[in-house]
Formats: sequence, C-alpha cells, structure tokens
Amino acid sequence: MKERVLMKGNEAIAEAAVRGGCRFFAGYPITPQNEIPEYLSKRLPEVGGSFIQSESEVSAINMIYGASCAGARAMTSSSSPGISLKQEGLSYIACGQLPCVVINMVRGGPGLGTIYPGQADYFQAVKGGGHGDYKLFVYTPATVQEAVDITYKSFEMADKYRIPVLILGDGTIGQMMEPVVLPEMKDPATFPEKKWALTGCKGRERNIINTLDMNPERLEAITDRLFDVYEQIRENETEYENYMCDDAETVIVAYGIVSRVAKSAVNILREQGKKVGLFRPITVSPYPDKALSAIADLPNVKKFLVAELSKGQMVEDVRLIVNGRKPVEFYGRTGGFVINTEELISVVEGGKR
Amino acid sequence: MEEKVVFARPSLLTDAPFHYCPGCTHGIVHRLIAEVLGELNVSRENVIGIAPVGCAVFAYDYFDCDMTEAAHGRAPAVATGIKRVHPDKVVFSYQGDGDLACIGAAETIHAAARNENITIIFINNGIFGMTGGQMAPTTLLGQYSTTCQDGRDPVLNGYPVHVCEMLSQLKGPQYIERVSTHDAANVLKAKKAIKKAFQYQLEGKGFSMIEVLVACPTNWKMTPVKALEHIKNEVIPYFPLGVYKDRG
Ligand SMILES: Cc1ncc(C[n+]2csc(CCOP(=O)(O)OP(=O)(O)O)c2C)c(N)n1
Repeated sequence: MKERVLMKGNEAIAEAAVRGGCRFFAGYPITPQNEIPEYLSKRLPEVGGSFIQSESEVSAINMIYGASCAGARAMTSSSSPGISLKQEGLSYIACGQLPCVVINMVRGGPGLGTIYPGQADYFQAVKGGGHGDYKLFVYTPATVQEAVDITYKSFEMADKYRIPVLILGDGTIGQMMEPVVLPEMKDPATFPEKKWALTGCKGRERNIINTLDMNPERLEAITDRLFDVYEQIRENETEYENYMCDDAETVIVAYGIVSRVAKSAVNILREQGKKVGLFRPITVSPYPDKALSAIADLPNVKKFLVAELSKGQMVEDVRLIVNGRKPVEFYGRTGGFVINTEELISVVEGGKR
Repeated sequence: MEEKVVFARPSLLTDAPFHYCPGCTHGIVHRLIAEVLGELNVSRENVIGIAPVGCAVFAYDYFDCDMTEAAHGRAPAVATGIKRVHPDKVVFSYQGDGDLACIGAAETIHAAARNENITIIFINNGIFGMTGGQMAPTTLLGQYSTTCQDGRDPVLNGYPVHVCEMLSQLKGPQYIERVSTHDAANVLKAKKAIKKAFQYQLEGKGFSMIEVLVACPTNWKMTPVKALEHIKNEVIPYFPLGVYKDRG
C-alpha cells in the first residue's frame, strides 16, 4: 500500500507538480498560496529545476511563457489580484499554444478583498480573463488529494493539448491539511519531444513562436484551431461527480470547498429521507454540459440550487445548460465567508436566503 | 582572375528583406548582431532570440535561429525563462525604448539585478515608432512627438529616462554601454560593444545591455541624413556614449 502523508494543500500541490515533471516555477508572493513558492524554492533546485521569485505576477507569467517556449514543464501560482495581472500573459500563452499550469488559490474580492476563500474568479477563469478569443482548460479540486491528482495530470493535459491549464482552487484547499497519497516521480527525460519548442535549431528549420499574424486567413485559422482543441478537450476530458442525483428532486450544483459542504448537506438530508443530490463539476472549462443536461432531463429532478462563494457566476453556465427545463436557484456568500452545512440545508428547505 | 568575396550576408541573417523605413538604422543593428555571433563562432543552433513589440516585432523573420516574440516590455522575463531552461544557448532580446524603458522597466531592472546571463540590445530612437510617433521615455526635452506636439515639456511630460546610467547603479549587471549608429566609426564601436556583450554571456559572466542610438527619420520628420546629424548634435549630448559599467 502506498504511504499516506498529512500535507497542507499548497505544499501537496507543489510536490505533485515536481513529480509531474515541473522544472520551472516563477511567482510573486500573495496569500493564501505562499506555501507553493516557498516549497518550490527549496524543492526545484534539488531536482535540477529553476525557481524564480519574480518582480511581479506580470513578469512571472512571461517567464512561464519563456520556459514553456523553451520546452520545459512550467508553472506559476498566485491568488486573485495576482491572477488579474497574469491575464495579458495568459492570452499570449493561449495564442502561442504554450503548455503550462497556473494555480489560482482564489480569495474574496474585488479589489484587495480579503485573504479568506472566495469563488468569484470563476468568470475570469472560464470566460477568458484576458483579451481575445481563447479558453483555458480549468479544473476545480475539492480535496487535497484531488488537488494533487489534478496538478500531476495537468502537466500531461497541458502538453497533450498545448493549452494553459488553470487550477481554480480556493483559500481553503490551499490552507487545509489532509492525508494524501503522492504520485510517482516522473523523469522529464522520458517526456515526448516537443518539436515546436525553442531548443536551438540543430539540424532543422528554425522554430518561431509568436502571437502576431497580420494575415487574416492565417490568424483566423489559428483561432479556429484553439477552439477545435477546446472541443476535443470537451469530448475527451471533462470530469464531474454525480452524487445521488439519479433519484433526486433537488440537485445542488457546487464545486471546490462548497461542494464538500454540499455533500455533507446531502448526507444529512438523505438520512431524513429527503431526495437531494449533488452535481460537482471537476472541470469547469470545458463544463461537463452533457452530464448536467442529462440530469436536467430526469423527470424526478424538480429544481437545481447552485451554491457558490460569489454573487452568482457558475449559476450562469448552469442556467445556459439547463436552458429553462427546470428552475435554477442560487445561493451565494462573499466577503470570505464559507457557506456552512446548516445554512445550506436551510436554503435547500426553502428557509434562509 | 580569382574573385574574392568582400561583402556577404552574415549566415545568421535570413534573406528576408527588412521592412524598416528608409534611413532607419534598426537594420544595421540586426546585421551587427549576426556578424558578431558569426565571429564568435556561435552557430544558429546555439542562439535563441526574443523580438519585442515595437518596430522590431518582426525580428523573428530576420534571424535564422529559434525565435519568439514577447508581449510589450516582457522580453527580459521571457529571456529569463528561456535561458534558465537552456543555459547553454546564447539568449538575446532586442527591444525599443518604449518596450524596455517604459512598460517593461521593471522587467529590465530586475533581470539586471538578478544578473541573468542574457544580452539585451536596447534600441533608443527617442520615440514610439511602431504606433506612429508618440512620446517615448527617451524623447528629448523640446522634441516633437504626436503626444507632445509643442515639444516635450518637463513640467507636463517629465524628463527622459537614462537607462544605462540607472542600471549601472545596480550591483547585478556585468556590462552596460551606450553606442551609436550615426556614422561608420560609431557603427564599428557599436559592433565591438555588442561582440563584447555576447562574449561575456558565452563566458557565463551574466547580464549585459548595449543601448544603441538609432535614427527614426519617419517619426522625427527629418531626412535620413538630417536624422543622423540629429543623433550627433542633439541626442548624444543628452545621452552620452560610453561604457557605464564593465565588471571585466
Ligand atoms: C500592452 C500594450 N500596450 C501598447 C501596445 C502598443 N504598442 C505597440 S509598439 C508600442 C511602442 C513601441 O515603441 P518602442 O518600444 O520605442 O519601439 P519602436 O517601435 O520605436 O522601435 C506600443 C505602445 C501594445 N502592443 N501592447
């Protein structure tokens, strides 16, 4: 049996990144994700990787652009205000089809907000927070183990589809400690060659990575390609958890820390004989739309309740997918509050709003 | 009679014709980079270059080596990422004054402070060329631009930024020099400086930046000849040439 260790979310993510082949990290400190750069500052040099505490998040994301151009598995992490600063870089990275992993340990906002958890960066993450037509591939872990598994897998996904992968965590996932089983250490020497990367053009034509094309046909073709890839990801990689939705009358839809609260609420309500289920998207871009749509078609399902730490962001995607077939209600808290179980039960039962 | 080649395109340059305006000296600087890397026996597979956002945005068309183009001002950060992954390659960025001294000032200062083992070729033409002649951080006092149409007024527009002088205050950088392209003698001096900068990188010494004064007849609204005279008579007195730092 594999060894289980007790680890803080941020440190577990950092170790999973190293084991997944990450050899370059650049970032700028911001709470609640500081343990990621702190851990990697020590860990990456041990495996021959590079760690840089950059002068800003703007610089960090552009270092990632460079390291990814150069063919390395590269990662940056930050929290909401810092992720805002990375948006221009993410747009370039997406257009350049450069694989990388970005962690956002979301905190409450807007503005400087709070260092307590939030989920109000959903729009920024899934609708394309930077300029132009592009999408990120976005995961939302709900446990430290899942954060580890997702981080590890994200480097594969990023390389396979040549897309930036964003892991949309929240302060809670980063800060809490849970037992985890860490994955095996991968050897970067065994990774498939990146023929497009800037590695020195020995015996080949030079490679050029740019995001400028003044030729409308070519630029439209590049944009189409980004969206073709995104559709392939939707087809092959969307993930979700269906927890007792099949016979449910009320389906709670939640991700991240709120989904854990929702699961407890479902368990308690089920003990009382109430037919409540939980739909938990694990990827939110692309959204597991087929799975949610199938649940909306179930005759027993009377309504959806979307619970988020925001004024209502994911609820818009749920409403688009449910498309009027069933009512979609919303409950959200902001300011750094995390919805608690009793509160959510009372909302499900038509009480607190 | 045997024919002797006395002038040829350096092998690091592609045969794509430069898109630069008549009288612009960007092209000379491209050539110098290619010539010195050739003279230093750095072959194409050992160089990776970073183009800026600015008139030189298409620099990736002209150098026959792996190239990328960074977001406006971010070339030193991109170069850092590339160099850390490929410490054995010669990595250079090529940036204008808006790119390097304005929007990318932080990236420039911190790459220098970290003593990243990269070479930055910094083109000071005193203007935002690509966007049509707006004020740059290096626009001289009194100089016309489309966003200071009565001439740069220090009260309204502040003072020009002296990048070599600023960076030379830092402990990190190894070699900082300002050179010019306004006549043949100075082009040769520029070549020497650029060669030394790459030499330092090859020796693993660390950060070097060569600031090159370049003419922009189009946006300065001068003939090419007048533009070169302008560098000599107006720009150099304000931005003196010379070695600002050389840690040897
Ligand atoms: C974030 C961002 N802001 C503004 C621009 C528009 N822009 C393109 S080039 C440029 C200035 C270029 O001037 P400089 O760096 O001096 O280079 P030159 O064109 O003179 O060679 C600007 C402002 C941009 N592309 N991106």
